[in-house]
Amino acid sequence: MNIQVKPTPANDTGTAQKIEQQLAEAARFVRMHSIASIYHAGSGHPGGAMSSADLLACLYGAEMNVWPRGIDDPMRDRFVLSKGHAAPALYAVGAYYGFCSPKESLKLRKLNSPFQGHPHVLDLPWVETSTGSLGQGFSVAIGMALGLKIQNNPARVYTMLGDGELQEGEVWEAAMSGAHHKLDTLTAVIDYNKLQSDNTNDAIMRLEPLGDKWRAFGWDVQEIDGHDIAAILAAFRHAGTTSLPSVIIAHTVKGKGVPYMENIPAWHGSVKFTRLQAEEALAALNASADEIKEFLDV
Amino acid sequence: MSSNTASPALIASNGDSLREAFGKSLSSLADEFPKLVVLDADIAGGTGVHHFRKSHPERFVQFGIAEQNMMAAAGGMAAVGLMPVVTTFAVFCLRAIEQARLSLCYARRNAKIVASHPGLDVGPDGGSAQALEDLAAFRAIPGMTVISPADAIEMAQATRAILEFDGPVYMRTGRSPSVRLFGADHKFEIGKGQILRDGHDLTIIACGAEVARALDAADALKEDGISARVVNMPTIKPIDMDLIARCARETGAIVTAEDHNIHGGLGGAVAESLAATVPCPVEFVGVKDVFGASGEPEELAYAFEIAAPFIVAAARKVLKRKK
Ligand SMILES: Cc1ncc(C[n+]2csc(CCOP(=O)(O)OP(=O)(O)O)c2C)c(N)n1
Ligand SMILES: [Mg+2]
Repeated sequence: MNIQVKPTPANDTGTAQKIEQQLAEAARFVRMHSIASIYHAGSGHPGGAMSSADLLACLYGAEMNVWPRGIDDPMRDRFVLSKGHAAPALYAVGAYYGFCSPKESLKLRKLNSPFQGHPHVLDLPWVETSTGSLGQGFSVAIGMALGLKIQNNPARVYTMLGDGELQEGEVWEAAMSGAHHKLDTLTAVIDYNKLQSDNTNDAIMRLEPLGDKWRAFGWDVQEIDGHDIAAILAAFRHAGTTSLPSVIIAHTVKGKGVPYMENIPAWHGSVKFTRLQAEEALAALNASADEIKEFLDV
Repeated sequence: MSSNTASPALIASNGDSLREAFGKSLSSLADEFPKLVVLDADIAGGTGVHHFRKSHPERFVQFGIAEQNMMAAAGGMAAVGLMPVVTTFAVFCLRAIEQARLSLCYARRNAKIVASHPGLDVGPDGGSAQALEDLAAFRAIPGMTVISPADAIEMAQATRAILEFDGPVYMRTGRSPSVRLFGADHKFEIGKGQILRDGHDLTIIACGAEVARALDAADALKEDGISARVVNMPTIKPIDMDLIARCARETGAIVTAEDHNIHGGLGGAVAESLAATVPCPVEFVGVKDVFGASGEPEELAYAFEIAAPFIVAAARKVLKRKK
């Protein structure tokens, strides 16, 4: 497993194109590692890990001012994975950029492993807070942004929500409070993969017109392709300049990168990969034979 | 028309109530605890923190009528180094208990929940507003400390104690005027009960508004030649197991008294403690697994059988069971 040193402003001299390539490679790693850890766990939520991989790679690989050695720094940017069931993707991006061990984080959902089924801050301080109950992480992020503001700390706060998660009333309580308290340092990303646990958003509880809802709640709204790295980076840049709290509605594909998984609700969660499925998924992600062995034979 | 006649008479927190003592204490402690911030969900006038809003507006944060967001956001504020005190009515804390569980306790945040309007003490607002389940529910969350002070002096001391304590706390205040029990020499300590009156036939263990009633009950029992020890147990979790075991050993019978469901609150905690140490007969005074109703707190105490005469009756009953 090739682990990257996260580019810092000092050593980050690449062209935009090169940076995008590096982030795409990080996202590919996030997908492969997530498949592998869920395979080893024998359970987990692959669909929403795949859809969020490019967004997470851009956050940790480029947008956020946070480094493994600065995880206690009060000035660091914070990220809260409000859709906590995508923990494998968070662990994978953390592994890629040096926040945790890539090998250890393959021991997902196991007794005595800090890599629980959902992120837990006492096990892994760099995950910033414990999530898994949908809706709460967004409120925690609101509290962080508000608390930092009260202390005149300019650090930014990022959070990622699922689209199904938006059905929680707490999300709209939090959205209201973000606008009321003028939390311009807060950026919420919605992994808009159109699917939730049981079915499509439309079948379970319609969300549209989604952008209008957020605008009505007083947020700066951008809609982007959540798999277009350049578009993601541009959206984060813009979010850093608005005086409103910012929401990026990222249109994504659940299961992205693994054809048999894409857009199929059943790949949301409670899935157990067979060896063949895991191999096929990794192959679809252009894993070499060696990489497949490295991920699956540990 | 003068503005006076045009404005309604507000029944806000005032007088000798525990919420009033809490709100004033917070204000006076604010300078000593610079990280303290107070969170409100549109009922500052009811919880007593209107005092803090006035004295420290820059550290008073309004969340609107949105308790779930307020509770979890407190976790975020604690995560970045503040010490949030979440305030609302006890019954609305129940609405956000899952937020308290995950974002405060599981993440082990130094955040406090202070709940006014507990139990029948709420009075005329009626059954929907009277939280009779909060002590049980919050006690069941790992890592949560649960406190219910008995008078204004103890409230002030407990307010300081929870700010000095590192970890999540759920504390009840109270709506109605409270009876003065303690002087300035009182010493509140988290996790410790105190014998307020000694006795050898049985022990009455009480918290909150029931402590004053327990003392009245002990007076009545004394007239009949029964010597009742009275223990104030302001910390429901962690419960003072040593003192409870000692009382069981020395008096051989226990009555618990609380403005709460008889299931899972102080009585439950005392019974669990006794079962593991010195088992003895116990009678439980509390609301008997029903909802409350409208009425004045004293009327309700009789209607729901938590007034002093019912503690007396429970004492007689437990004495009959004592070998
Ligand atoms: C409060 C709460 N209710 C229910 C669940 C169970 N659950 C876990 S994931 C999920 C579906 C989430 O869908 P979405 O937010 O769209 O996530 P994604 O598609 O990105 O995986 C549900 C219902 C939960 N974790 N939290
Ligand atoms: Mg979804």
